[in-house]
Amino acid sequence: MVFKRAMVSCCTAATLVLTVSCGSQSSDAGTEISGRVVVFAAASLTDVFDAMATAFEAEFPGADVQLNLAGSSTLREQILGGAPGDVFASADERNMGIVNSAGELESAPMIFARNSLQIAVPVSNPGEVTSLADLADDDLLIGICAEGVPCGDFARLVLDAAGVEASIDTNEGDVRALLTKIEANELDAGIVYTTDIESSSGVTGVNIPDEVNVEVEYPMAALAAAPNPVVAGAFVDFVLSPMGQDIVVAEGFDPR
Amino acid sequence: MTSAPTARRSIRRRPPIVFVALGVLGTLIFVVPLLGLLQKTPWSDLPELLTSDIVIDALRLSLISSVAATLIALVLGVPLAWLLARVDFPGRRLVRAVVTLPMVLPPVVGGAALLFALGRRGFVGGPIYDATGFVLPFSIWGVIVANTFVAMPFLVVTVEAAFVNLDQRFEGAAATLGASRLTVFRRVTLPMIAPSLAGGLVLTWARALGEFGATATFAGNLQGRTQTLPLAVFVSLESDRGAAIAISLVLVAISLVVLIGLRDRWWLRR
Repeated sequence: MVFKRAMVSCCTAATLVLTVSCGSQSSDAGTEISGRVVVFAAASLTDVFDAMATAFEAEFPGADVQLNLAGSSTLREQILGGAPGDVFASADERNMGIVNSAGELESAPMIFARNSLQIAVPVSNPGEVTSLADLADDDLLIGICAEGVPCGDFARLVLDAAGVEASIDTNEGDVRALLTKIEANELDAGIVYTTDIESSSGVTGVNIPDEVNVEVEYPMAALAAAPNPVVAGAFVDFVLSPMGQDIVVAEGFDPR
Repeated sequence: MTSAPTARRSIRRRPPIVFVALGVLGTLIFVVPLLGLLQKTPWSDLPELLTSDIVIDALRLSLISSVAATLIALVLGVPLAWLLARVDFPGRRLVRAVVTLPMVLPPVVGGAALLFALGRRGFVGGPIYDATGFVLPFSIWGVIVANTFVAMPFLVVTVEAAFVNLDQRFEGAAATLGASRLTVFRRVTLPMIAPSLAGGLVLTWARALGEFGATATFAGNLQGRTQTLPLAVFVSLESDRGAAIAISLVLVAISLVVLIGLRDRWWLRR
């Protein structure tokens, strides 16, 4: 688990267990927005939630946001295994749904950001890829994400919708690994999120028409077992607020 | 013969209880995860899972690539180990460090380094690609290269130690009796390091069979072409946990059989 940011002063030297109990005490004190809130967020949301945490702490100086960043399916397993988290933000609805079915959510998940897919090609575009149909070219080196990984499932939906039998050369374990190989010019093209293309300098995007593209929705919810439920709820509200949505847009996502 | 039991008794005293306790604890570190695997195994679906395309393809690819990597390690690694052990050339310590680096390097770093050097835009792979159109990554050759990179150090380290520990007077005697250098190596040196060589080969092969990070990063992941057993486990964990466990069992079974069989026969008995 990757916990970012320093712990609040009252708990600085304490162990994880102590910090958690510390957080619950402060929430018991009333409706004041203070104490530690642990946000389990999909790795692809790193930049958004870094900015979100900074803004939230500026808004509520007593609050301390800690991010636990990992793949959505890993976070799901951690939550189901009893890891002490306050908020879950998933990169897909499937993993959120599983957590929801297990009764681990405090309230219904809310969509807080949207994304779409694009074809990423190296800046020099050596394969001269201009459309989805080009991904069927056997002479090109094409990569997508593996099945079961959100970006891989979405890419397959797009290819099916477009009726393209892509000539896949590799199924990458996550979108960052795929992007790295395209940036290094070792793959001619791959299907990634629009936000990945905006954040990378080594690739350019080739548009996927709206009629075959998918609308990727990012859900979040406070967790039923949240050690700090008041701040957990406040954090979700903050992300959904105009101020939070401005951050979502600034990081290249579409708003809710 | 009559005095033997007495002597044996004095040696075979009861082991210290602390050692037994810690030893059992140490064993549990390895046994408990295996039990976890067995406990989650969908036994009734196992025959179907194990005969699925993804498992058969991955098994074939894993066996081919791990054996190929072991053979390359044998052909290149034994001379290298000999040079490191016997010739005091300048920069020997540096070469030794570089050769053993993959043992401590995260495999994903090795995979990325291979990609940057041997990929079609790499400083070695680039000219080859421009001249022949051959691309090493995303092919079985890429898998073999990644396996060799990660596994060969185990052979070099094992065999180099054997060359160092070998009493050179035997070779000297053979040479004095008129044997050529090649004959000495073939008839004296090789037989004497055979147990270490066999042990090194098994280690190398086992490491190649379990290789994941460098393969995924350098060779990619495509069923039937580059998807070895460990990659199939990784992909299946996302989509079908039963299949992932079944493939893991195959890996555990193959490895255990080979390690038990060869280790006892070659490695420990000298």
